[in-house]
Amino acid sequence: MDNANYKIRTRDLRFFYGEKEALKGITIDVKPNQVTALIGPSGCGKSTFLRSLNRMNDLVEGAVVRGTVLVDHIDIYGPEVDVVALRKKVGMIFQKSNPFPKSVYDNVAYGPRVNGIRERKVLDEIVETSLKQAALWDEVRDDLSRSGLALSGGQQQRLCIARALAVGPEVLLMDEPASALDPSATAKIEELMYVLKENYTIVIVTHNMQQAARVSDVTAFFYIGELIEMDETRKMFTNPSVKQTEDYITGRFG
Amino acid sequence: MHKGQRTQLGQDREVVEKVHRPTLELGITGGPHSQRDGEDRGRDPLWWKKRLRLSEFLAEKLVMLVAFVSFALIVLIFVFVFRETVPLLLSSSEAKVGLHPPEEQETYGDVAPLVTERHQTPKSESKGASMDVSGEGSADIKNLSGPMWQPVSSLPKYGLFPLITGSIKVTVVAMVIAAPIGVLAALFTASFAPRWAKEFLKPAIEVLAGFPSVVIGFFALVVLASFLQSVFGFQYRLNAFVGGLALSLAVIPIIYTISEDALSAVPKVLTEASLALGATRWQTALLVVLPAATPGVFAAILIGIGRAFGETMIVLMATGNAAILSISPLDPVRTMSATIGAEMAEVVFGETHYSVLFLIGLILFIFTFALNGIAELFIRQRLLKRFKGN
Repeated sequence: MDNANYKIRTRDLRFFYGEKEALKGITIDVKPNQVTALIGPSGCGKSTFLRSLNRMNDLVEGAVVRGTVLVDHIDIYGPEVDVVALRKKVGMIFQKSNPFPKSVYDNVAYGPRVNGIRERKVLDEIVETSLKQAALWDEVRDDLSRSGLALSGGQQQRLCIARALAVGPEVLLMDEPASALDPSATAKIEELMYVLKENYTIVIVTHNMQQAARVSDVTAFFYIGELIEMDETRKMFTNPSVKQTEDYITGRFG
Repeated sequence: MHKGQRTQLGQDREVVEKVHRPTLELGITGGPHSQRDGEDRGRDPLWWKKRLRLSEFLAEKLVMLVAFVSFALIVLIFVFVFRETVPLLLSSSEAKVGLHPPEEQETYGDVAPLVTERHQTPKSESKGASMDVSGEGSADIKNLSGPMWQPVSSLPKYGLFPLITGSIKVTVVAMVIAAPIGVLAALFTASFAPRWAKEFLKPAIEVLAGFPSVVIGFFALVVLASFLQSVFGFQYRLNAFVGGLALSLAVIPIIYTISEDALSAVPKVLTEASLALGATRWQTALLVVLPAATPGVFAAILIGIGRAFGETMIVLMATGNAAILSISPLDPVRTMSATIGAEMAEVVFGETHYSVLFLIGLILFIFTFALNGIAELFIRQRLLKRFKGN
């Protein structure tokens, strides 16, 4: 495949929490309009990796990053990169749904507003489109003024997705987005990912093997800060080339 | 049977204690679970029986007692303040009933004699001379609502308005200065300061909260007042502005500490969510963190107002203590608390002036009470609801 076709590329990405090396040289290429799943046991560095793709790890004191992360061929750790602009391009959904203690409308309109959009008509349009994209519109359209916290857990997570979409990102990073949800809410999120990948590049961290198998096109297996194997999901789950991967996927450890 | 059982248990316990010193055993070779007769502790037929746990009982009652004592103290203080005001309330209602009731004239040191109103009393204060004098001398509604506070004169005037406006003026000045500074400093510490700065700033400002107010008052009286006068050219060296500024030094740490706690308690996930949406740190602090902490910040400001309103020593020293009814913050003022502080030691117990001072205390008390009530209501009803949804 042509190099120009990769959305995100990391080269020998190393990450240190103080003395501890959490990522030991990760090299990954992520294709656009695909779902890439990161799997691995707890503490293997997959969340750290995900959060280094939009520099959320900058907030961690004592964190040091080595290596390069290219998003659309721009080294996002370069000295001239504007973190705020990067995060607009690379959105993030968190493990625990975290709507602001504001109304549904204000939650979704928050991103556009901080980006300087003030016009009510434009905001209305963005809110509606985003909520529709997140498959939440039909459930909340009657009362957009109620608190985002009044929604159910699954709805809250979809609200967070709508909120992220409203900024107009190109990449969505999802950190175990369904781990706190019941099966039917999880199914909705998974369906959503399937639709969203037409327009977005999605990288998802998950502990759920079945989920990775269901939603992703490519799967990467992490183990103690290292990338063990990365391949098409179908191959990873049926015929992995590394023994460790097979052991993990079949539940023999981890 | 029961008693014997207890004894048995007691001996067993000794066995447990002595199990590591077998030489002291009284012919018992087994461990702590050995049985001397057929009855095992586990098979105590009365195991289910309620028993008195004395230490438990005493601890519970003691905690309850302490709680009730502190509550009772507050109630008693209120009752005391109220009781001392009662004669005043009674006499003023009497005064309203009769058209020309005999007026009481207050003098120091002896029981106030009943004399009839002296309309021709010469007055040095020409400003108040034109007002209706029929109510003067006693503390009826008319006198209390008058524009003059001259409790020690041949015709005492107990107008509370200069004192109330004085308190309000000083409090407003203090809050206008202290609220923004306290909240913004807290916002900086909670949202922007690196950890080392946070660890240094918070304790440093909290030390200021424990600063003796007399020291702040002294500083204001000696340094601040002269400095401000030389800079701004105030007509009066000591005035409401100087007092309010000094007062803000006492109020800032309170607002800061409580606000900072509230702002720091805002879940980190909200900050992360905002930053991940491409908001700047300042936008995040202003649009997410501060609104989410509104209840705490609001409570901080209300408590600050309460402190400013009730603070005595600083305003006593720095405001000039002239009971003048005016709006300008550059005039000297006398606050309610300072009036009590300055005059309570000099009044005759039980006379009208004494009662009026207690009435002022009652007003202060009710004000603080209402303030806390509003804070509680606001936080419980409106803001908590917002956080829990619907």
